[in-house]
Amino acid sequence: MGLTELVKIDENTWEIPKQGEMRVPAVIYASARLLQDIKHDLTLEQARNVACLPGIRRMSYVMPDAHQGYGFPIGGVAAFDPDEGIISPGGVGYDINCGVRLLRTEFMDAEISSRRKDLLEEIFKDVPAGVGRGGVTKLSRNVLKEILAKGAEWAVENGYGTPRDLERTEERGRMRDADPESLSDRALERGIPQLGTLGAGNHFLEFQKVVEIFDEGVARTFGIHSEGQVTVMIHCGSRGLGHQVASDHIELMANRFGTAGLPDRELVNAPFRSDLGQRYYRSMCAAVNYAFANRQMIAHRVRDVFARVLGSAEGMDQVYDVCHNVAKLERHAVGGVEKQLCVHRKGATRSFGPGRPEVPAVYRAVGQPVIIPGSMGTASYILVGTSEAEEKSFSSTAHGAGRVMSRHEALRRFRGEQIRDDLARKGIELRSTNWKGVAEEAAAAYKDVDEVVRVSHELGIGRLVAKVVPIGVMKG
Amino acid sequence: MERYRILPHTADGKFQAYGETLDEAFANAALATASLMWDWTKVESKVGFAVRVRGRDLEQLLVKFLGEVIYLMETRRFLLAGVSGLKIEREEESYRIEAAFQGDEISGRYEIFGDVKAVTYNDMRIEDCDCGVCTVQVVVDM
Repeated sequence: MGLTELVKIDENTWEIPKQGEMRVPAVIYASARLLQDIKHDLTLEQARNVACLPGIRRMSYVMPDAHQGYGFPIGGVAAFDPDEGIISPGGVGYDINCGVRLLRTEFMDAEISSRRKDLLEEIFKDVPAGVGRGGVTKLSRNVLKEILAKGAEWAVENGYGTPRDLERTEERGRMRDADPESLSDRALERGIPQLGTLGAGNHFLEFQKVVEIFDEGVARTFGIHSEGQVTVMIHCGSRGLGHQVASDHIELMANRFGTAGLPDRELVNAPFRSDLGQRYYRSMCAAVNYAFANRQMIAHRVRDVFARVLGSAEGMDQVYDVCHNVAKLERHAVGGVEKQLCVHRKGATRSFGPGRPEVPAVYRAVGQPVIIPGSMGTASYILVGTSEAEEKSFSSTAHGAGRVMSRHEALRRFRGEQIRDDLARKGIELRSTNWKGVAEEAAAAYKDVDEVVRVSHELGIGRLVAKVVPIGVMKG
Repeated sequence: MERYRILPHTADGKFQAYGETLDEAFANAALATASLMWDWTKVESKVGFAVRVRGRDLEQLLVKFLGEVIYLMETRRFLLAGVSGLKIEREEESYRIEAAFQGDEISGRYEIFGDVKAVTYNDMRIEDCDCGVCTVQVVVDM
């Protein structure tokens, strides 16, 4: 990728002009510093490839924390006309609805400080995590299908949390276009043992304290009112079921439509309105629902633990739950005309501003909460969606810090136990099912999330509301 | 000849597996995949699974074949320790693999330290026998 091909638009905006097979330009939102990271891998080439796909509208977008992915870059946003355009599993990602849920509490860090270890220990016992560990619920295939249809709604109906939680979840925790019957046997088989589990890799559960509030008014609307206030963040996805849905459709689409004309095999796609395109969309919705149900169940267990250890879980309300890997049908303006588009966000977060009907009524005056987790042991941020994001990025922003160092390299450089001790010195408790995984997740292996959110704020695609740091971390 | 080599990759797992024949390289690729999650050399061979997979081309075949390692771990709690009798056969419109997996059930004895979520086509290479060494290169989503 020639450096000369990037045109600087402003401090945080760069463009790859339409050329060759590109149907639209590609736009990269990043500071000069973040752009250096982005140039180290194939992100820019991938953004350019995405711009070649049929039916793409406006631009192929790249978020500040982007890095190379499968076909589409991670941190990529691309919207397609549903009648003329395509849907692509690579534009969503293997971990369908990998996302984050944020709970706020009425507890203050000072109050619970002495009970941190106990809290973490109990959470570790109650929330299954790691690889190859089963879930807490014995599922039949029929119940699984119910969950695939109803998502977090099923969880609430079965005693995990309250309707208030659903109000404060993207899609209300249920994508209605889900069709459980469209999933393969293998996807169902992988889904059965894993419900209610946290998974591994970069998935985690943290309880945190607020260290800075940037916008008091919006923070208050979100339920965040003081420095020192305790919050809980849960980051996980659809586990093996989502991965299987992605793999299955990559294969089906390759078999049906071939990969010959594609710049990259992993850009395999199908027309959105085709049988196969619809089948993927509906299976993806089902996998999205699975992940919502998962986070709903885990959040409920965390509330139970807080109640048990601290005496009460009152005020432990959900702030919001956002998807990082998903394709959604949303209305956006293109060339002055409002149209429904199929918006693919892979490693990117929706960032709707005030007035959008999709934003819960309680937040509609200010915009939706955007939750951006940092890497293990570093800060995470809460932002608010904006109107400017509409025009700039189809209402999207970053999802968290992307990796800069391979797992291999991180394992060479760091030891899990050392990281645990370093974190303990900073007052952060860590529990994990394996220390190798901890080394791989070392903060130095990730981009600087502070820089990522600063750029988001400066661009106006997601404005800073609050900053939290972990006090207890559980990793799979 | 080493069975496989783990290579650097920013976000995921990447390896090259080797063999005198493509069959051997595929078998070592299964072990390489397992090695990202557990130490297969420490797993006993107590149970077995027959694996039969079809693919439109060698790439698809490889993706589906390696996918079996993950699938069996997640749904049968099976940890791969060894691969035997692997045969790749060319049919009219497709390829077929048959193999036997040996291994043991997940238990506290074995540490699982990685989570391979999916096998991808990213940067995939299947090189059939140059100077008696076949190489397959695979990137997996972790």
